[in-house]
Amino acid sequence: MARRGRGFWAQLAFTVLVAAFLIVPVAMSITAGITANFFQGVKSGLTTRWIAEVWRLYRDTIFLSMTIALATLVVDLAIGVPAAYVLARWRGWLPRLVEEALVLPIAIPGLATALALILAYGTWREFRTSWVFILVGHVLFTLPFMVRAVLAVLSSIDLPTLEEGARSLGASFRQRFFGVVLPNVRAGILAGALMVVTLSIGEFNMTWMLHTPLTKTLPVGLADSYASMRLEIGSAYTVMFFFMIIPLLIGIQLAARPRKPATLRDEAA
Amino acid sequence: MSVAIKLVSCAKTFADGTRAVGPLDLEIPPGETIVFLGPSGCGKTTTLRLIAGLESPNPGGRVLFDEADVTEISIERRNVGMVFQSYALFPNMTVGGNVEYGLRVRKLPAAARAARVEEMLGMMKIGELRHRRVDQLSGGQKQRVALARALAPQPRVLLLDEPLTALDAKLRDALRVEIDALLRRLRMTAVYVTHDQAEAMALGDRIVVMSQGQVAQVGRPRDIYFAPQSRFVAEFVGTMNRLHGVVRNGHLEVMGGRVPWRGRGGGEVEVLFRPERAAIVEAGAGQVKGRVATSFFLGDRTRLLVEGVSSGTLVVETTDRRDWEPGQDVHLVIDPDALLTLDR
Amino acid sequence: MARLVAVAAGGPAGLAAYGVIVTEPRYLRSLVSTVVLAAVVTALTLVIATIAGVFLQRNRFPGRSVLVAMLTFPLAFPGVVVGFMVIMLAGRQGLIGDLTRLVTGERLVFAYSMAGLLTGYLYFSIPRVILTVMAAAEKLDPRLEEAARSLGASSWQVVRDVIVPGLRPAFLSAGAICFATAMGAFGTAFTLATEIEVLPMTIYTEFTLRANIVVAAALSIILGGITWLALALARTAAGSSVAASA
Repeated sequence: MARRGRGFWAQLAFTVLVAAFLIVPVAMSITAGITANFFQGVKSGLTTRWIAEVWRLYRDTIFLSMTIALATLVVDLAIGVPAAYVLARWRGWLPRLVEEALVLPIAIPGLATALALILAYGTWREFRTSWVFILVGHVLFTLPFMVRAVLAVLSSIDLPTLEEGARSLGASFRQRFFGVVLPNVRAGILAGALMVVTLSIGEFNMTWMLHTPLTKTLPVGLADSYASMRLEIGSAYTVMFFFMIIPLLIGIQLAARPRKPATLRDEAA
Repeated sequence: MSVAIKLVSCAKTFADGTRAVGPLDLEIPPGETIVFLGPSGCGKTTTLRLIAGLESPNPGGRVLFDEADVTEISIERRNVGMVFQSYALFPNMTVGGNVEYGLRVRKLPAAARAARVEEMLGMMKIGELRHRRVDQLSGGQKQRVALARALAPQPRVLLLDEPLTALDAKLRDALRVEIDALLRRLRMTAVYVTHDQAEAMALGDRIVVMSQGQVAQVGRPRDIYFAPQSRFVAEFVGTMNRLHGVVRNGHLEVMGGRVPWRGRGGGEVEVLFRPERAAIVEAGAGQVKGRVATSFFLGDRTRLLVEGVSSGTLVVETTDRRDWEPGQDVHLVIDPDALLTLDR
Repeated sequence: MARLVAVAAGGPAGLAAYGVIVTEPRYLRSLVSTVVLAAVVTALTLVIATIAGVFLQRNRFPGRSVLVAMLTFPLAFPGVVVGFMVIMLAGRQGLIGDLTRLVTGERLVFAYSMAGLLTGYLYFSIPRVILTVMAAAEKLDPRLEEAARSLGASSWQVVRDVIVPGLRPAFLSAGAICFATAMGAFGTAFTLATEIEVLPMTIYTEFTLRANIVVAAALSIILGGITWLALALARTAAGSSVAASA
């Protein structure tokens, strides 16, 4: 049993301090977003004026971000899930090499990918100025996360035995893939999907380079408002961003929660 | 070196409100090997952890080593040796490093440490493994290292929590013999937790059978086996057959015949007996008659499940070489002294 | 993706671009300060996240889940938002400024300096690393600690000999990812951009303001190379897949 000595309280204080470091600015920006004049403080009155202002100026960015996030998700699902299955099922040097390449989105800064995309396709005008250009960047960035989320589940469920079981019962490849494989990796797909949407909505490093004045996403708009608008508008905009990602974050938490083991066998363990 | 252990009205209630143990009182004389036996969830591991100092008893409970109250002394200063089912070897240290650890935290000089490690590894016959990493060991080797590590700092008590459960059957038997020899030689007070009654019989000077946090019976292995004091102990230790019938005219009359009755009482009773107290005899010589339901050939003997004698199935074993077929008639003689009447 | 970057490097000046980076003090300084900054952030984050993460994993108390939620909420913030959070804390109208003015009469404003950038990088690194540490601490075998204690180890010795070695793979993987993210973080630096020269900012400046595409590409490849190396080293040292716990 935990004896709550001095060590406990010291660590608790430290942890609370860290949490405060992370949450105080969030609280401040929420306050600023609904305060008439942040410099004078809350006593200047509360207002929804800044939120309305943001909606007028930047609502396109919100819709574009949602569109791109969903499109990214669709593409990632269509490519990522089968890709993960192939990686999990086939042994050899090539799948291993591809797995190795899956760390790339962390290793290669988004800025570099953006540069490469611009250098490769920047002269193709219709493509460059369409939001599909950003979509390509986002897919490049998020696809490995989807593959890895699915792969992680696939490699934990002894896929070959499951499939052999299904084959022994006479299931065709199609029936096995949709009837056995997919239901069993549902958790991985869900986790990957939430991850992909969250990453896409928040992606800035690459999108800042890829965007055009007509294809601004939410984070691009945020940067824009921080640089050129008053603090209250930036704050109000940030608050809207928070409300967009909170459901995603809660979803990720729920998806990551391990299922309770069915039995409570081990005494006093 | 070895101490007596005394538990005085030790109970343990966990934070979530479940009562895991007791309150129970128990005295373990110095040098004794005592085995806590019971099904999982019976509180045997919790009792071991109370002795170890990994759990503290509810207020009022006390743990004594000799006459000293150690209830408030935490495990790191209690000087107990512990062996875990999962071995719990430190993966970041070699075999030698593991065995040395207890000596190192006691700040023994290097030379003394090296000598003691050598001695322990020699005693467990694993001297050549000294520089191995622990993940390169087999299960049996790991458990030897765990024993050597627990014994190296010369603990006052050795506590073993299902140390053989993770091993396969052959290895388990071999290591059980070795642990038995080791405990006899060291004459150290040892507490051994297991759910395996064969292990408990073989190792224990005394056995504490536990059920639902309470002591069901304490006694020497043969007392536990031959004279169980409750139905639970009788049925948990070894195999028990049930006979259901009516006592009439000095006989117990059952579905398949009648057995001489030497007990008291009368009317409707249910009695228990062990399989080895029934013998298979020729057709005319039997007291009761049944029918073979299934037979299992075990090599040295054949186990028969017999129905028709009583309402349930009886287990009977025979060393004859007959090929028993289901449906065949079987005639039994049951030793009247073997019949136990126990309260439910 | 790798092919595209290779295309970028194959520009007219080719390899000569790399020479410029080493000889031109501005680029070199930017490179060195980025590496140092990322290393410092990684070390600080590991210490902070380990204390908080192990504490949260080990103790159950009212309000714990609220604390965990608070500590992981900023996980999905893009760099720009993190930059804005630093401005909220240490900017011209920031909380720290208000507090220091009350105490000393001077407003302390450091959002736009290296200290501000460090704060921002800590801000986005701590949640990720805390999650990794908590997951790893949960998987530690409690029997190992009990074994150490039964052998007489004090709580400090248990931390040193059991907990820290047990968390080593998590430290390596979380540290490498933390380092890699800090190396490539652009949004935070961009939002705070006044006095700071870190590599992603240099790349951005070279590309958009000076149209010096070759240098920008070469710097990107160096940046990618360093982060890849950090991940690969951690992976070798941990002996297992670092990426899997990203």
